[in-house]
Amino acid sequence: MSALAPIPSGSGPSTSADRKAAGSARATTGTVVALSRRPQPRFNLKRIGLGLAQSVLPPLVVLALLVGLWQVLCSAPDASLPSPATVWEQSRDLIVSPFFDNGSQDIGLGWRVLVSLQRVAYGFGLAAIAGILVGAVIGQSVWAMRGLDPIFQVLRTVPPLAWLPLSLAAFQQANPSAIFVIFITSIWPVIINTAVGVRNIPADYRNVAEVLRLNQIEFFFKIMLPAASPYIFTGLRIGVGLSWLAIVAAEMLTGGVGIGFFIWDAWNSSRLPDIIVALVYIGVVGFILDKLVAFAARIITRGAATN
Amino acid sequence: MTAYLKLDHIDKHFDRAGARTEVLKGINLTIDKGEFVSIIGHSGCGKSTMLNLIAGLTKVSAGAVLLENREVNAPGPERAVVFQNHSLLPWLTVYDNVNLAVSKVFGSKKTKAERHDWVMHNLDLVQMAHAGDKRPAEISGGMKQRVGIARALSMEPKILLLDEPFGALDALTRAHLQDAVMEIHARLGNTMVMITHDVDEAVLLSDRIVMMTNGPAARIGEVLSVPIPRPRDRIALAADRTYLKCREAVLKFLYERHRFVEAAE
Ligand SMILES: Nc1ncnc2c1ncn2[C@@H]1O[C@H](COP(=O)(O)OP(=O)(O)OP(=O)(O)O)[C@@H](O)[C@H]1O
Ligand SMILES: [Mg+2]
Repeated sequence: MSALAPIPSGSGPSTSADRKAAGSARATTGTVVALSRRPQPRFNLKRIGLGLAQSVLPPLVVLALLVGLWQVLCSAPDASLPSPATVWEQSRDLIVSPFFDNGSQDIGLGWRVLVSLQRVAYGFGLAAIAGILVGAVIGQSVWAMRGLDPIFQVLRTVPPLAWLPLSLAAFQQANPSAIFVIFITSIWPVIINTAVGVRNIPADYRNVAEVLRLNQIEFFFKIMLPAASPYIFTGLRIGVGLSWLAIVAAEMLTGGVGIGFFIWDAWNSSRLPDIIVALVYIGVVGFILDKLVAFAARIITRGAATN
Repeated sequence: MTAYLKLDHIDKHFDRAGARTEVLKGINLTIDKGEFVSIIGHSGCGKSTMLNLIAGLTKVSAGAVLLENREVNAPGPERAVVFQNHSLLPWLTVYDNVNLAVSKVFGSKKTKAERHDWVMHNLDLVQMAHAGDKRPAEISGGMKQRVGIARALSMEPKILLLDEPFGALDALTRAHLQDAVMEIHARLGNTMVMITHDVDEAVLLSDRIVMMTNGPAARIGEVLSVPIPRPRDRIALAADRTYLKCREAVLKFLYERHRFVEAAE
């Protein structure tokens, strides 16, 4: 009878893999059966090409269709939004060279994204550390969970921009306020998911820790973090998405050279094509951030999810 | 001589939502050093609870657990537990699972090289040294249980507590592991307390068999000595008169005098 609590991500396929591994291990130690060695599938260019085509081609086709539709809709002389052709004409330098630098506010969007990413790194980094610590404490205590969970559930729905005035009032300076807004927006999912993950640590692992007399710190690093890591990464992934949402909102109002302020600035000087290019940058970077955290999660939680 | 391990007038009840479940009542038992004791009884009578009390994972309601005349009321590596479902940490390799215990228990007493040798020595005892860098998910159920035993042994416990260690295994694997445990017991002379559902397993391995009555408020119904000399061989024993008599005594206890009656929930 297994008392293991189900672990969310990938527990289905991994258990079957487990069984298969166990079965083959028993076969090798038990009986001697002559297995005809099947030729190892060779590095297959055709298969890889096909896979790539299947995953890359459809979005490209859809993208082409959408851009075409957009061109048709916005090519009238009195259209309120620029067409793709106009964007290409007027913002070509932004598109083709992300890293030009002509001094002060005339810099490539790549630089701006880097500045924004730096803010996100501070804000989200702090949120990740604080969120995991607070979540771990809360997950350990039933009463803390009962008392704090509803409050967190309310706070996490507050939109990033709503924190900004308070943040500005408290910090008096633009940059710390922007970082704080990112922090406060992205910390809730980290706390909540970590707490749930810690609460779901199987009693068996706690018993092992007790028999070994692990102290709090050892328990945190050796049992809690790895056991709860699938949950923690779910929280981090939501959090990084939220912090990228927050950066643009925060920078619009606090100024500086970030991508958010660029949009605000472009709006004030009616450079709509620039805004569209910036949107694409933001979307692509957000997508990459999400994939990075998902990738890290896959690498790090590989062990925890399989038992 | 005073008893090595003593369960002294132990009661145990659980309180939940105002309702009280009496699980164990008036448990008295003494176990000598180096003895192998099995606890057998029907499902739900409180065997695991009793083992957890010895391990210190659960607190007694009344009475005391004494190890070498000192009361135990918290878990510790001198009472190592082999859990029913192995409880290996899935994110650690086989080696690291054992090493976690070794570096915690012997962190200050052994050098790094000595700790490595000790981990390998214990994996060797259960014939798992070859799988050191596998993850628990990559080895079979019997192998996991072996590693669980190696981890417990590596703490050099005064008492090894085994909670139905082979319950989830097929008969062949179980026989292998029973032999392995008998051999380890002969070699190291540990004190072992094992829970089992299996009458043959109890008679084969034990010096004494503790038979529990049915719950609620289960007691120790009877304690049977198994005066079969060691080393024991399962095939020779199959026709041994003492063996058969012990077996019959346990069966009679379990199925005649304390038949399992499905408690009205
Ligand atoms: N934490 C707990 N809270 C309340 N009741 C409990 C708790 N742990 C065990 N019990 C009750 O104590 C009784 C004995 O449980 P225990 O697990 O010791 O039985 P067992 O003899 O080990 O059974 P099995 O052979 O099925 O493992 C059961 O009726 C169970 O419901
Ligand atoms: Mg049990």
